[in-house]
Amino acid sequence: MGTGAAKPFPIHVDDAVLDDLRARLGRTRWPDEIEGSGWQYGSNLAYMRELAAYWRDGYDWRVQERFLNSLPQFKATVDGFELHFVHLEGKGPDPLPIIIPHGWPGSFFEMYKIAGPLTDPAAHGGDPADAFHLVAPSLPGYGFSQRPREPGMNVPRTAALFRELMTDVLGYDRFVAQGGDWGGLVCAALGRGHADRVPAIHVNMLSGAPNPDPEQITEAEKAYVEEVTSWRREKRGYAEVQETRPQSLAYGLNDSPAGLMAWIVEKWRGWSDCGDDIERSYTKDELLTNVMLYWVTGTINSSMRYYFENRKLMAAGPLDRVPVPTGVAIFPANDMNPPRSAAERNYNVARWTEMPSGGHFPAMEEPELLVEDIRAFFRDYRT
Amino acid sequence: MAAAPEPFQIHVDDAVLDDLRLRLDTTRWPDEVDGAGWEMGSNLAYMKELATYWRDGYDWREQERRLNALPQFKAEVGGLGIHFVHIEGKGPDPFPLIVSHGWPGSFFEMHKIAGPLTDPAAHGGDPADAFHLVVPSLIGYGFSDASREPGMTTHRMAELFGSLMTDTLGYDRFGAQGGDWGAAVTASLAEQYPANVAGIHLNLVIGRMARLAGESAAPEVEAYRAEMARWVRDESAYSIMQGTRPQTLAYGLNDSPAGLAGWIVEKWRAWSDCGGDVERSYTKDELLTNVMIYWVTQTINSSVRLYRENRGEFGRAGRIETPTAVAMFPKEISHPPRSLVEQGYNVARWTEMPRGGHFAAMEEPDLLVEDVRAFFRTLR
Repeated sequence: MGTGAAKPFPIHVDDAVLDDLRARLGRTRWPDEIEGSGWQYGSNLAYMRELAAYWRDGYDWRVQERFLNSLPQFKATVDGFELHFVHLEGKGPDPLPIIIPHGWPGSFFEMYKIAGPLTDPAAHGGDPADAFHLVAPSLPGYGFSQRPREPGMNVPRTAALFRELMTDVLGYDRFVAQGGDWGGLVCAALGRGHADRVPAIHVNMLSGAPNPDPEQITEAEKAYVEEVTSWRREKRGYAEVQETRPQSLAYGLNDSPAGLMAWIVEKWRGWSDCGDDIERSYTKDELLTNVMLYWVTGTINSSMRYYFENRKLMAAGPLDRVPVPTGVAIFPANDMNPPRSAAERNYNVARWTEMPSGGHFPAMEEPELLVEDIRAFFRDYRT
Repeated sequence: MAAAPEPFQIHVDDAVLDDLRLRLDTTRWPDEVDGAGWEMGSNLAYMKELATYWRDGYDWREQERRLNALPQFKAEVGGLGIHFVHIEGKGPDPFPLIVSHGWPGSFFEMHKIAGPLTDPAAHGGDPADAFHLVVPSLIGYGFSDASREPGMTTHRMAELFGSLMTDTLGYDRFGAQGGDWGAAVTASLAEQYPANVAGIHLNLVIGRMARLAGESAAPEVEAYRAEMARWVRDESAYSIMQGTRPQTLAYGLNDSPAGLAGWIVEKWRAWSDCGGDVERSYTKDELLTNVMIYWVTQTINSSVRLYRENRGEFGRAGRIETPTAVAMFPKEISHPPRSLVEQGYNVARWTEMPRGGHFAAMEEPDLLVEDVRAFFRTLR
C-alpha cells in the first residue's frame, strides 16, 4: 500500500450540487410537532424551519468556501488511504508539531478559530515560543477524506494512519496530539500505540473508571457512574443507531438536507454551553458550514459507520491505560466528565484544568480557553 | 351520544404522487461498505431495486382501489378522528373483534385475514366462526388523527378504542387481538373494559414480562432473559432513538421516501420468517403500500413518537384476568415462556406456531385466523 506526497487541495463544490440543495430545501416536507414541546422530543420545528430558510436564502456557500480555502488544505495517500487535512506551519523559534482530529458530528472546520493562535501566537497576543505546526485532518469517512469501502476503519487504524501522515508524509519525527469525542479517542490510541513518536496528548473529553472497590468509591465517582447510566438511558439513541444500523438511517439523512441538519444540529445545541439558545454559542453560518461538509461530500453514512466499526472494539473490554502524559481540559457543559480520580485509572493525567465555561466543541465555543491550556500543557514537552 | 362514523375513502391527490416520483428520481443514495449485506442496515442494492419499482412499477391507484375495497370509516372519539375498517360478519351470530396493528405496520396488515374472519363460509370455514371486524389505525398512524398534545400512550389509545367499540359501534361484548403496540393496546383494553372484553388474543407478549422475569432462575426464564439482552444490545437502537428523540429522526424520514423505506423495510425483513429474503414473505407491492400509508399521511413522526409517549407505561397494572390466548411465532422478536406469561395473564390458550414472525396477519394469515377462531369459539 502506497504512501505519497501531500498535494494542495482547495475545496470546490459544483454549482449543480448547490442548485440541487436549494431545490430540496424549497420542497422540504416538514414533520408535525407536539405543541409547546420545545426541544424535548428532538430538534425544534420552528428553529429547523428558521435555519432551513436561512440556509436557502441567506447562507452563502461560496463565501464560506473561500473562507475554508484560506486554511491551507492538502490530500495525501497514506497506506493506500486518501486523507484530507489542514496543514499550517508554525511561526516561532521551534514550533512543535501537533495533530488535532475532530469528532462526530464535527469536522476540521471546528479548528478554524484556534488555527491562528496555535500556529502564530505572536500575531494573537502570545509568545512565539508557543508556536505549533498544526495538522487538522478529516477523520476517515468524514468530509473530504476518503470513505472506507471495507470494514475495519476504527480508532486504532485511524491512529496508525495519522502517525504515518505525520511522520512519513510530513516528516515530523515527534509530535503531540489534541482532541475530544472520536478525536480524543484517536489521541488516546496515539498515546497507547505510538508513544515512540507521541510524547504527550491533550484531551477535552475522556472516560473514567470508578474505584472497583465499593468501599473506596468516592461520592464524585458515584455521581459520574450515575450520569453515565442516565446518559445511556436518555441521550444515547443516536449512538445506538449509528453503532448497529447506520445504513438504515443514512438513506434519509443523505437524501434530505432538513433531515441531516436536524440530526446534527440537535447535538451541537445539546452538547454546548449555550443555555438552550444555540446561537449564543454558534452563528447560523457556523452551524450550516459544518452541516455542509457532510452534505456536499455525502459522508453522513460513512461518518456514522465509524460508530459501527468501533463498537466491536469497545465491546471487547476496557482498553489499556494511556501511558503518555495527558493534559485534560474539562468543560462544564460536556456530558459525562469524569472526576480526576476516575480519569487517572484510564490516563496518565499530568495536567487537569476545570474550565469555567464551554462544552463539547471547545475549539469553536471557547477557543481562547482551549488554546491557553494546550500551550501551557505542551510547554513541558517541547524538548 | 357518540357521533356516528362517517364512511371514509382514501384518495391521495395527484400532486402528492407527482412529488413522490420527483423525490424518488432525485434520490441521493448513501454509500455502502463492500459486502455489507444487511448487517449495517437496509441493503443498498435492494433499496435501489425497491425504489426503482416504486417509481416505475408500483401503481398507487390500483393499491388505493384495493384498500378502498375494505369498508373504512372515521369517527370522532375523545376529540380525535379515528380511522378504522369495519366489516360486518356473515354468520348466525358474528362476534365483534377489534384487531390492532403496531409499528411499523398499518391497518393494511389485516387485509388477508379480513375475509376469513368476517365471512368464514366463503373461505372454507364455519359460518359460526364469523366476526364483526374492526381494524383501527392507531392514533397518529395512517388516516387516524395525530394528537397535538403529549400523552397519547397505548393506554390512552385503548381507552379511545374501547369507546369506539362500545359507544360508537354499540358492541357491548367483544374480543381483541393484536401484536407489537397493538398487543399493548389489546392488553390495555382488557384492563380498562373488563366487563366488555370477553377475551384477548396476542401474537406478541410485551410489557410486564421483563419485570416478572425478575431474578427467576428457571431455565426457560433465563433463556428469555438472554434473548431480551441480545435484543437490547443488538436490535433495539431504533426503539431507543424513537423513545428519546423521535422528532430529530422525523425530519429525514418525512422528507425522503428512500429514507422512510430504508427505516421501515429493514424491520419487515428482520422480523419475518423470510430466511433473509424479504420477498419470500411479502411482495414489493405489499411492502410499499405499507410504506405509502406513512408517506401520504406524513405520520412517521407521530408514529415513532408513540415510543416516547409510552416510556414507563409498561407493567402499570396487575395480572390480567381476562382469558388470554397467545400465538407464539418462531421468528417473533421475543419469546417469553408460558410460565412467565401466566403470572401476568390468565392464559387460556397457548399455541406454538410452526412458522411466521412479527407480522403474522400478513405472513401467516391462515395460521393466525385458525388460532383466533379456535380461541374465541370458547368465549362466544
